[in-house]
Amino acid sequence: MSMLTITIDGQAVEMPAGSTILAAAKKVGIDIPTLCQLDMEKQFNQQSAACRICVVEIEKRRNLAPACATSIMDGMVIKTDSQRVIEARKTVLHLMLSDHPLDCLTCEKAGACKLQDLCYQYGIEVSDYPGLRNDYPLDASNEFYTRDLNKCVACRRCVQVCTNFQSTKAIAFGDRGFTTHPVAPFDKGMSDSTCVSCGNCVSVCPVGALLSKSKEKFRSWEVSKVKTTCSYCGVGCQMNLLAKENKVVGVEPMDGASNSSLLCVKGKYGFNFINHPDRLKTPLIRKNGELVEATWDEAYGLIADKVKATKAEYGNDALAGLTSARVTNEENYLFQKLVRAGFGTNNVDHCARL
Amino acid sequence: MTNSIDELMDSGAIFITGSNTTEGHPVIGAKIRRAKAKGTKIIVAEPRKIELAADADVFLQITPGTNIALYNGMMSYIISEGLQAAEYIKERTENYDELVATLADFTPEKAAEICGVSAEDIKSAARMYAQAPKAAIVYAMGVTQHTTGTEGVMTLSNLALLCGNIGIESGGINPLRGQNNVQGACDMGGLPGTYPAYQSVANPEIKAKFEKAWGVELSDKVGLTLTEIVHKAGHGDIKVLYIMGENPMVSDPDLHHVEEALKNTEFLIVQDIFLTETAQLADVVLPAASFAEKDGTFSNTERRVQRVRKAIKPVGNCKPDWQILMDLLNKLGIEKRYASAEEVFNEITTVTPSYGGISYERLEELGSLQWPCPTPDHAGTKFLHSGKVARGLGLFKPAVYKPSAELPDADYPYIMTTGRVLYHYHTRTMTGKVDGLNKLSPASFVEINPALAEKLGVTDGEMVAVSTRRGQIEVAAKVTAKLKENVIFMPFHFAVGAANVLTNTALDPIAKIPEYKVCAASVKKI
Repeated sequence: MSMLTITIDGQAVEMPAGSTILAAAKKVGIDIPTLCQLDMEKQFNQQSAACRICVVEIEKRRNLAPACATSIMDGMVIKTDSQRVIEARKTVLHLMLSDHPLDCLTCEKAGACKLQDLCYQYGIEVSDYPGLRNDYPLDASNEFYTRDLNKCVACRRCVQVCTNFQSTKAIAFGDRGFTTHPVAPFDKGMSDSTCVSCGNCVSVCPVGALLSKSKEKFRSWEVSKVKTTCSYCGVGCQMNLLAKENKVVGVEPMDGASNSSLLCVKGKYGFNFINHPDRLKTPLIRKNGELVEATWDEAYGLIADKVKATKAEYGNDALAGLTSARVTNEENYLFQKLVRAGFGTNNVDHCARL
Repeated sequence: MTNSIDELMDSGAIFITGSNTTEGHPVIGAKIRRAKAKGTKIIVAEPRKIELAADADVFLQITPGTNIALYNGMMSYIISEGLQAAEYIKERTENYDELVATLADFTPEKAAEICGVSAEDIKSAARMYAQAPKAAIVYAMGVTQHTTGTEGVMTLSNLALLCGNIGIESGGINPLRGQNNVQGACDMGGLPGTYPAYQSVANPEIKAKFEKAWGVELSDKVGLTLTEIVHKAGHGDIKVLYIMGENPMVSDPDLHHVEEALKNTEFLIVQDIFLTETAQLADVVLPAASFAEKDGTFSNTERRVQRVRKAIKPVGNCKPDWQILMDLLNKLGIEKRYASAEEVFNEITTVTPSYGGISYERLEELGSLQWPCPTPDHAGTKFLHSGKVARGLGLFKPAVYKPSAELPDADYPYIMTTGRVLYHYHTRTMTGKVDGLNKLSPASFVEINPALAEKLGVTDGEMVAVSTRRGQIEVAAKVTAKLKENVIFMPFHFAVGAANVLTNTALDPIAKIPEYKVCAASVKKI
């Protein structure tokens, strides 16, 4: 691939042909703000370039260009922080804010909202363009998320991810102009659509228009995030577990080799079993027909005695173990070691066949 | 999987068979549809008109249990049209002549009659698969859970070899593993005949290696499989049974038989995160930490080893499974202590050649590694059998179609098949605790075709009695055109209205997998 040289804010950058201005800026540590740009989309000409927050000035070009969807050309000279650029970005934010409720105090998205961050960055408190506002009813018909189109900034990320990546095509963009907004078929609620509740649209929504319903109230800055592997099917999706006060309160997809930032309904929303009140919390031993609470030492002692006695009386092959396709490699390894080395038999299997 | 998930995006054709991918493996389903949008041809062979059928260029709605007839019909047509990869067959395979001889008079027309589809569709599927420059086969339990499951997989392997699709990028035969770490459980020696990395327990050198590593004497006798363990337990011959993280009381075939077996076991130990149907029968229950409460690794369906990281402390007084197992090993005289899951992993890499080059440090840096990864400087293996097949030459193992163990008759006139739904997972131990999922899929059901519903005088949602030679259950009917008139479908997730009260225990003689996908059933209005 041929390499091109461009200049960004006075710095020379060499990048392969087909790279975007955004990628070139990132390479030299220049931060260009984005809102609608979708990392998952590797082809720049597929970016919706709807929000125009990433505009930059290119010498010898009349119009400002979106950095996320403009490929570099050899010799390009780009300014990312000229007065003209800053003013354009501010105008974009004023326009977005003109049709957006200012309820950041109670909005669940506060602290993780791109619009909030950008308004903070560019010092915008209220819109210069007060006037007409859209007024949509809240759609809470989906089991796992709410859709508040009054907060939608028409970035199109939700439609893009549902159409091009999740491939469910449950939503599209309806209307044009001021009332443009994502629609389910016939502009009905999400529960009347083909939505499969994967939540991938919620994960990419930059504002509070799409929010996961949550049993726990939490602010975005109160949670710790730990990257792990989903424990449902064999795809091995990468995800962050969001935890507050030793409770898992949410899941967000991460860009893993097998899932490319996607999750399904179970991975995204099937986490409430973790802190469920029915979780087993202490060992149980059957006494007089009933399972009663016991200490770990009692349970271990009973098992060790029984294993030793059975081996002596009936031989090692009277013992068997079923390991689990649900637990880790380390645990499967130790389980078969326990059966083979501890019980002295190869009677170990698991439900690979079921 | 011989190949990797993302390679599907560049396949010329994907043949999906015995997998309801968008429900069983939704993210792979999404990627297959993305491939379709980019121009990949899609062939689907399934007894149900699943979601992906709508994306298919050819959809073959085959009768359950007739996979091998279909694949053989496709191969016979490919050979008769000269579409096979002649050079590849000559250089990289053996036993081709036997395949040709086996398929000699098995025409697509004969296959069509057995499978209940048109010969023309079989031919166009065969052409599409054979003529694609790179074609992948994707399958799941719809291929394996038959008394001829092993031969079904071998027949798919024959098809892939015939068209030169093994050992190339974006090709291969790709089983989708149903559970997060079923690949890892097998890799780690959770099998009666093999130590980690599929090293045979009967091989004296391997046995000596593990005896040295673990400091104990080991048995060289191949152990019992799960289904054999349950069977023996039924006769009271298994005195101590230790079950970790499994719920055979819902997942195994012929549940009445399973319950009897577990009750006949003198001492039952169950380790789980909930008091499952199985744990309720235990003599000792050990509370385990969930995946969110511990460190470790899972190996996914494409052999990719990835980290599991602790996000919260274990709830209550429960412990990570690896700590429980270490404590019990110590109690039984095997003294080694591990300070962390990483230390266990380090021991694994010393005895497991395919994991030899993987470490937590490398996983942290790279995100994941695909085995085989024998040395610390090895980049991992994206697809298997590159250049030549692992055993040397790709072996054709021809098989002829054999009917399922139990076929419809006058008393049980319908074919019952089983599978998953999107909103639940396995025996619902986890998903059953999530309100939204329960609302979207609250209870067991049986899918029946509208014509059959009319014949039975049943409307959608009405309760029906479904019975087989093993038992009878009452569930709601879901009337849908997804199925042919003589086929009914049930999800296996539910303990109430459990499909596995009805399923057949007949086993594949090699893999010992039960024939969940086919049994004879009757349906009656209540």
